[in-house]
Amino acid sequence: MSPAALPRAAAPLLGFGRLLRRYGFPIAPEQVSSFMQAVTLLGPRSMADIHEAALATLAPTPDRRDEFEAHFQSYFYGNAAALAEGDADEETRIKDDSGASDEETEVARREEGGELSSASEQLGSRDFRRNGDGLDAFRRKLAAALPARRSFRTMRTRSRGSLDLRRSLREIVSADGDIPSPLLRRRQTVPRKLLMLIDVSGSMKLYTADYLKLAHAVLQGADRAEVFTFGTRLTRITSGLRIRDRGQALARAAAQVDDWDGGTRMGLTLLAFLSVPRFSAFARGAAVVILSDALERGDHAELEMAMRRLSARAFRLSLATPLAGDPRFRPATAALRAILPLLDDLVDGSSLSGLADFILSLARTAPVAEAIWKRVS
Amino acid sequence: MPKATAQITSTETVATSPEAVASRLAASRYLADESLATAIFLAIRLGKPLLLEGAPGVGKTEAAKAIAELLGRELVRLQCYEGIDAAHALYEWNYQRQLLAIRHAGEHEIDIYDDRFLIARPLLQVLKAPEKRVLLVDEIDRSDHEFEALLLEFLSDFQISIPERGTISARTQPVVILTSNRTRELAEALRRRCVYHWITYPDAEREAEIIMLRAGDIAQATARAVASAVRDIRARPLAKPPGIAEAVEWANAATILEKGGSPWPQAFRRAIGVLIKDEEDLSCIAPELGRIVEEALA
Repeated sequence: MSPAALPRAAAPLLGFGRLLRRYGFPIAPEQVSSFMQAVTLLGPRSMADIHEAALATLAPTPDRRDEFEAHFQSYFYGNAAALAEGDADEETRIKDDSGASDEETEVARREEGGELSSASEQLGSRDFRRNGDGLDAFRRKLAAALPARRSFRTMRTRSRGSLDLRRSLREIVSADGDIPSPLLRRRQTVPRKLLMLIDVSGSMKLYTADYLKLAHAVLQGADRAEVFTFGTRLTRITSGLRIRDRGQALARAAAQVDDWDGGTRMGLTLLAFLSVPRFSAFARGAAVVILSDALERGDHAELEMAMRRLSARAFRLSLATPLAGDPRFRPATAALRAILPLLDDLVDGSSLSGLADFILSLARTAPVAEAIWKRVS
Repeated sequence: MPKATAQITSTETVATSPEAVASRLAASRYLADESLATAIFLAIRLGKPLLLEGAPGVGKTEAAKAIAELLGRELVRLQCYEGIDAAHALYEWNYQRQLLAIRHAGEHEIDIYDDRFLIARPLLQVLKAPEKRVLLVDEIDRSDHEFEALLLEFLSDFQISIPERGTISARTQPVVILTSNRTRELAEALRRRCVYHWITYPDAEREAEIIMLRAGDIAQATARAVASAVRDIRARPLAKPPGIAEAVEWANAATILEKGGSPWPQAFRRAIGVLIKDEEDLSCIAPELGRIVEEALA
């Protein structure tokens, strides 16, 4: 239907849907039509009715609720001042790339040759386009090597299972009441989720390039994996690293992260990670690997709290620190001593191949970190 | 269809306006704010599922129960969990009975896909009698994506295909309520099919009313003090902020302790175990609890 065919009062409602769409709210046509229906049903007796109808039918997510309110104010009341964005800087910034669509990935692909045009962007970020190493083998082995959990779903099996009544009955009926050998089924196992948290602060500068390569291999090899970087901020780089071509993926991930080689606020960023329900739900039952030197300056109470919450959620919590590459390394700093009892593993993170082998061994049981390091010291 | 028109008049008489919905909900001991009442009204009248999201303990499931009571229908609850599948949500055949029937029938012919061998799970139950039942799909965020897709199909057509029996569809549009704790993002397709409402914690005044309504025998001053103290506690960085049910329990527990001889501030402090159920949170809140309670009582 063309806008002209609609009653005149409907035009603003239609326009509001269009406006939201322009600002990246996913609004379906059926939502706009139920918005109009809702407004009609409610009267509307006042602007508040239109507001309630918009909230109920256009369904903005709670994260974007403020933005939605601002658009509503500016559109229906002409109050443009509400749109001015104020950034609260005291809170740890979280950058989530889940809204990025596939189209953007395509754009990145085309930019490949345009070195001049993207030169200014490259200044603040880093370039990781270097040639390969033995990560291909790691990628291929990964899916089978991840720790597994029992799924609720079942699969057919010839031995070791319980009776599959549905299929057996069908067999019986087709065999005219005779009972052939019973069919069995067994619960499937599915690989656990893998969560990687990579420290990109200045003290990790030598290793972050390798870590991102490893993260790329992990995302290519494992079905359900997420990768975040943290320094002074928390950034989700999973979607960038999902691109199959390693060079492009790393370039994209490098551009997503804003806090390269800065300071660390490990405790605060990890707490910020846990405060997003979607992220912390991913950590539940997952194998969590943190790649960091855990050099938390000052008070480590936040780090300890974050690690305690993480370890309560995770299936296995591991910290890989490049400092452990030195044979004289002992977990002696106050922060490390505090979190050691919470860790399942504290391993050497200084070499790519060592780390790859460690991730492949996550499914095998090992003594907890504290026991191992007590023996050493 | 005569049944369909009967259905429409009945929901129309019940839900004439958001205010009417709110007052009827209050009669079923559920206090909804204006915005929730509007969402419920719209969901019933537009014939769309209602998606309620919010932190644990804000009363999402209670809202569903109250809506069922308001419509005078039975609530059928489907609790979601990771790995839930069609056999738990839609239907299942009673294989044991089928086998016995085959044996029993001997030479006679028997239809083993008869109604008596069909075990209806929540979605099918509601489909069979939409005018008598309300469907609650609880904590949908716990299920996996496959189940969400299955539910999407059900919610758009309100029909279920059983290979042995053909398609069963609802005579009238059933009322469906979905709840989510938002531990993960739901699919956009699901969100846009629903009328959406984000439930927040009520303000202190409304919470005091809720406590008065739900708790057994407590003084109004106690309810007010509990509501204001709980509000204060929720503002702190706790792993598990107390929900409304916990606040009601706390008011009850403190009243019992007070009748047993503890003076007021102490009764609140000793009953804290029913409000905060996390060791870490307890130790975080303990040093300040005395001050919070005193301020609330003032």
